[in-house]
Amino acid sequence: MTDQLVIAGRSFSSRLLVGTGKFSSAQVMKEAVEASGAEIVTVALRRVDLDAPSDNMLAALDMDKYLILANTSGARDAKEAVRLAKIARDGGLPPWVKIEVTPDPRTLLPDPIETLKAAEELVKDGFTVLPYMPADPILAKHLEEVGCATLMPLGAMIGSGMGIRTRDAIEIIIDNATVPVVVDAGLGLPSHAAEAMEMGADAVLANTALAIAQNPRQISEAFKLATIAGRMGYLAGPAGSSKGANASSPLTGFIR
Amino acid sequence: MTPLFEQLQMLESASTSSLLQNTSPAAVSAVIGKTRLQIDDLALLLSPGSDELLEEMAQRANGITQARFGNAVSLYAPLYISNKCSGTCPYCGFKRTEKIKRKTLSLEEVISEGDALSRSGIQHVLLVTGDCPGNGVDFLCDAARQLKKTFPSVTVEIPPLEQSEYAQLIEAGVDGVTLYQETYNKEVYDFLHKGSPKDNYMYRLDALSRAGAAGIRKLNVGVLWGLSDWRGDALKLALHARFLEKTCWRSQVLIGMPRLHKVPGDFTIPHPVCNRDFAHIVMAMRLFLHDAGIVVSTRERPEFRDNLLAIGATQFSAGSKTEPGGYSVQEDTSSAGGAQFEIDDHRSPKTVEQDLSKLGYDPVFKDWDRGFIS
Repeated sequence: MTDQLVIAGRSFSSRLLVGTGKFSSAQVMKEAVEASGAEIVTVALRRVDLDAPSDNMLAALDMDKYLILANTSGARDAKEAVRLAKIARDGGLPPWVKIEVTPDPRTLLPDPIETLKAAEELVKDGFTVLPYMPADPILAKHLEEVGCATLMPLGAMIGSGMGIRTRDAIEIIIDNATVPVVVDAGLGLPSHAAEAMEMGADAVLANTALAIAQNPRQISEAFKLATIAGRMGYLAGPAGSSKGANASSPLTGFIR
Repeated sequence: MTPLFEQLQMLESASTSSLLQNTSPAAVSAVIGKTRLQIDDLALLLSPGSDELLEEMAQRANGITQARFGNAVSLYAPLYISNKCSGTCPYCGFKRTEKIKRKTLSLEEVISEGDALSRSGIQHVLLVTGDCPGNGVDFLCDAARQLKKTFPSVTVEIPPLEQSEYAQLIEAGVDGVTLYQETYNKEVYDFLHKGSPKDNYMYRLDALSRAGAAGIRKLNVGVLWGLSDWRGDALKLALHARFLEKTCWRSQVLIGMPRLHKVPGDFTIPHPVCNRDFAHIVMAMRLFLHDAGIVVSTRERPEFRDNLLAIGATQFSAGSKTEPGGYSVQEDTSSAGGAQFEIDDHRSPKTVEQDLSKLGYDPVFKDWDRGFIS
């Protein structure tokens, strides 16, 4: 398979990243993650008891099989996010971090200013940084410039399952990005994942949609297939839509 | 091997080459309506299969140009500071073996050239020099400092520099850099520039990235049409522009469209580009790069230039003289130096302004002022 997702020099075959929150049990989560084919699994550090690793979600996952991506969920500002990331690294997790800074507990929308601050500091400290971010093309360029390894714009509010409501902005981010773009948050259906991949996203991240489905294992597989289908559709160079014949006066008469 | 060069190399893959050689109009038709073209889509738009779909492409290019630029057409003129050149480019009127009168303007002459040009209505001046050690950055900075008193916008077309030197130019008041790769075909480039100061393809290729990193606001890339196969060069030119849009995202990227018509001596233009192909390139660039300015100089005839506005061109030079001292010594040609290339559009800036207005365009002499930032 030559079509690899490369993040910070590391290659992955799967373009679906999954989260581990909101599942009914560690066992259900484990089965869903396996069915998803994901190689990068994000874990909320606030839920991990690093002193008793056998007693949490991490224990259910084979650390050799997955890249465990600690996220800073719960952080309200840059300082808290940086602290959480360092705790994860000190606890033995890889120095990869998904920054989540969400000061408003109702919307859980990412704070652009604090996210940028945290990203800059963590990159300087040697972390591979994947920031969850508002779908803002200028913020995306700033995050690239401070050295982020990916951009992770939201499709819609986290956990909303509303699909890609920020489509136009994400298209601009994709068109201008020099690092992989992972569409994160808001993907409620496999078709949303396919849509993001058809748009040219490098990967997608899903969590709630998998965790709260009646059959998490089955929908995880559906997300896996949809992500592959969307990627194939993108690579195949699909035709554009056409509005049909042009009625305007000819513009090329001068070169006949 | 730089990231840009690596990306250009990828366009030589078998899959992209086969798209560029496509002969099926149906394959092209399928991508004309796409709102976000990938580089492989552009290869199809430049392929022989697109030749019979130019009207469809033109209509689409027209829609995009109207949406992004409206009816505005920016006007500028070059000011040749020196025609002294160590270069050996066989297609150029300035090459060192060319028997022309050589001249480098003094600072006083630069000022009087600027005054003469300014009286013609021009407010954006492009400083041009040959590739010669005497035409250094310090002198250009002095010239820019003088000219910025008269011109709201001063840009340069000079040999490639280091980032720190571009920073010096910005300090002196320069806001744009034009630097054409001439051809992206490295073999042809190396062959044409052997033994010339220009023989470092890579240094030239990455120069606009250095200019962008220094903070230059306008980056103007281009191919000298006629040196190599236009389809391959157009594809790489577009990728270079897109690369700059991504990596120097605070800068505006423009595409210059210089074309060889008549050349000095016994040099034969290896791959002449006809009007139809030239227009084809302009519209393909517009379909791929919605926001790039497209610059057409006085190397082209008046009517042809005016027609290109509908399909993508956004900027014209006007009233150009391509010899040092050309503006202030209109009558007394003996005191001017030799010219770089022949002009095919001799309209004065005033006439260009009137002609564009008649066609429904808005001629813009001033759309920037460094006074806003300093």
